[in-house]
Amino acid sequence: MTEVFELTVNGSRVRVETYPDTPLLHVLRAELDLKGARFGCGMGQCGACFVLLDGQVVPSCDTPMWSAAGRTVVTVEGLAPGDALHRVQRALIEEQAVQCGYCVSGILVSAAALLDRDPAPGEQAVIEALDRNLCRCGVQRRVVRAVLRAGSQEAAE
Amino acid sequence: MTTEREAVWTAGLPRDLAANPILSRWVSVDAGGVISVRVGKVELGQGILTALAQIAADELGVGLDQVLMPPAHTLHGPDEGLTAGSMSIAQAGPAVRAACAQVRARFVAEAARRWGVDAERVTVLAGRIRHGERVTSYGALAGVVDLDVPADPQGPLTHGGPPVLVGTSSPRLDLPGKVAGLPRFIHDLRLPGQLFGRVLRPPSPGARLTDLDAARLADLPVELVRDGSFLGVIGADEAEVTRALETLRAAATWEEHDTLPDEDDLRGFLRSGPHETTEAPATERPPATDRTAERPPATERTAERPPATDLDHPPAAGQPASAGRPLRASYSRPFLAHASIAPSCGVARWNDDGTLSVWSHSQGIHGLRAAIALALDIDAERIDVEHVQSAGCYGHNAADDAAFDAVLLARRVPGRPVHVQWSRRDELAWSPFGPAMSADVQAVVDESGAVRSWRYEVWSQGHTSRPGYLGVPGLLAGAYLERPWRYPAPADPPVAAGAGTLRNAVPIYDFPHRRVTGHRLLETPIRSSAIRSLGAFMNVFAIESFMDELALSAGIDPLRYRLAHLRDARGRKVLQTAAEAAGWGAPVAEGTGLGLGFARYKDKGAYCAVVAEVEAEHEIRVRRLTIAVDVGLVVNPDGVRNQIEGGATQAASWTLKERVRFDRRRITSDDWESYPILRFGESPEISVELVEAPGLPPVGAGEAAQGPTAAAIANAVTAAIGVRVRDLPLTPEAVLAAIESSDL
Repeated sequence: MTEVFELTVNGSRVRVETYPDTPLLHVLRAELDLKGARFGCGMGQCGACFVLLDGQVVPSCDTPMWSAAGRTVVTVEGLAPGDALHRVQRALIEEQAVQCGYCVSGILVSAAALLDRDPAPGEQAVIEALDRNLCRCGVQRRVVRAVLRAGSQEAAE
Repeated sequence: MTTEREAVWTAGLPRDLAANPILSRWVSVDAGGVISVRVGKVELGQGILTALAQIAADELGVGLDQVLMPPAHTLHGPDEGLTAGSMSIAQAGPAVRAACAQVRARFVAEAARRWGVDAERVTVLAGRIRHGERVTSYGALAGVVDLDVPADPQGPLTHGGPPVLVGTSSPRLDLPGKVAGLPRFIHDLRLPGQLFGRVLRPPSPGARLTDLDAARLADLPVELVRDGSFLGVIGADEAEVTRALETLRAAATWEEHDTLPDEDDLRGFLRSGPHETTEAPATERPPATDRTAERPPATERTAERPPATDLDHPPAAGQPASAGRPLRASYSRPFLAHASIAPSCGVARWNDDGTLSVWSHSQGIHGLRAAIALALDIDAERIDVEHVQSAGCYGHNAADDAAFDAVLLARRVPGRPVHVQWSRRDELAWSPFGPAMSADVQAVVDESGAVRSWRYEVWSQGHTSRPGYLGVPGLLAGAYLERPWRYPAPADPPVAAGAGTLRNAVPIYDFPHRRVTGHRLLETPIRSSAIRSLGAFMNVFAIESFMDELALSAGIDPLRYRLAHLRDARGRKVLQTAAEAAGWGAPVAEGTGLGLGFARYKDKGAYCAVVAEVEAEHEIRVRRLTIAVDVGLVVNPDGVRNQIEGGATQAASWTLKERVRFDRRRITSDDWESYPILRFGESPEISVELVEAPGLPPVGAGEAAQGPTAAAIANAVTAAIGVRVRDLPLTPEAVLAAIESSDL
């Protein structure tokens, strides 16, 4: 049976009616029209659907609605207010650290979470924070450079 | 206008413009001055639309912000065939340049006519068309300049001015939207009245549906589609459709058969036949371009007759070679998955007027259209296909199959678009694979170690089963319909298109005698098709590994050994540039090693040399790849770097980790744990040196690094720990096995 769930997504309170085991990713994409979190595997293995759930990086494809209820979700669209870009989004553009771009939403969520707890991380910390994100085009080293750049900009500000 | 006249008069135009001569197919200008440049090539994440926009903007004399690059469309844009084989810049670049130059000339002519001045005295700069004090614009003249005209074969192919954007690292036009998480992919497409569909693939390739308990779906809010062993569900709510798919799975009964080969004996499988055997032409190597280059002593000494040595019973490589004695070794690669990060997706709508609209991330929308028409026996003119972006595909993945799934499901609900998204498991188990390959190399060397005679023989499945190959649709679902379309064994592209099994099988080196033979398997139960660089990955891995084996056996430095066999000046420069940048020859730490790999992609494309620095302890760790590349004219330097870096990283992943797994019935590597790819923590540092050759035509960069990277890593492993692994992937188990066998 379906149930009604309330949660906060990118700062707004939302109510959705769905099955308790419906993945959060489906609700974000189909019900809330937030297409930033991408479907990659549906098994929590690739990171394309990563979001912040109460500040923790989780695969939204593998997060059932019953466990997301009442909690706070931030997607790639909510990393910065309005149409502004988070500094790590800007850094990715500056480093041209993208090829197809399908995996970057999840990478950005991982990177933003890292920069939240460690504003100027070292290279090893960046690599560890991104190791759950798969990228097939091969821009890993550019992404690492971009996140380090975002960190050093933070340190300079 | 007769087509005959067109054929004669378009002879001087670039190929793709001659084939699509009407200018409005390429360029349209709206009253606001926005110039839409339509191309037949598609964005796969390689940045092609940005590079072509640079070319277009330079020819038109406008800024990039005035150019729009709409997606490829079978009705509205030119047909440029496939976006594949690193050919997009070489094919679309000159066509876009010429089309835009002629559009510019027509606008300039109109302005000159109005002002009563000579067109040669009208300039175009930053979108302003000007003569003295008088200024107009593309937008202002858009209503009067007719672009529904054929390109003029006598007209300009370029306006000839100095490049402004070409040669610069223009940032990718599509990145801001993608980085912001905006809906940019086919998965995000939502059309009015759209429904969602899911297809239930059989449990194994040889399975046939024997029974379906359809009553189990009776109460669900979905429509069931069945055609033979093809099963799917359609509904308005994607979550309900996904749930219904599991009910359908439980309701279906299949008869299964063991149809797959023995994964542990791919060598035997590939060599068992029947085969189509092809000899590489004896002289397709271009002549040395630099006559002043040092001539290799080997060639001078041995340019007489074939050696009399018995090539059938040579000693194995790694043993000391004596003059005139052959060495030999065998190499292999397993089946490889494209493994796109996005599962394939397609959308289709059967329109009320009897036409069919399809949205697809296919690499060849015209080929897809023809294949759908063939499969369903309808007129291709009644089908339109629009490209919508997806994740990188790296070759022929399931994009076309997903589109055909959508077509089959949508037939049940005329007027409604149906959006079909594959699962991760289906993506990894049911997309076509890059074929497994096995090769033998033998060489006879003289007393100095120089090659006198070279023999290469390679066995493979074919490298293409793209839509329409061998006269069949080649779409996955077709094989499971009530009236099935069987798919024959995969074919190979013709030599003129770079071949498949034999791609890069002919070494670039100047050997006095060589013979190169390819054997393509004519019967196979595993569907394979094009994956980035086709046979070149394996052939370059084998050739360049063996070059190192020969060099080491002769006690000669591998760089020097290659140079001694290579007259091609561009090749020499690329090799030397990479070696110098990597510090070749300097001492390295214990347990680490440097290895070299080199090739010219497709014999006429980009030159690429890779030096790998590998650390071999508990596992093989590629620390750094130092790469030099010559792609002729560079349109976008950072774009070339990004393509080379990405190709090399992916090749490192193939080389170290990847192997499609299967038992005799099913593909078993169907998630990211059973099909692991390189992670952030394993990705090497990469530096790319662009060896400039600006006077030469541009060639693609996307596939040049694949083979050289594999060989460089394998050669570096040998340099680090003294053992050689000849069967990919170079997993810790494979290295351990090589160490153990070398102790015997």
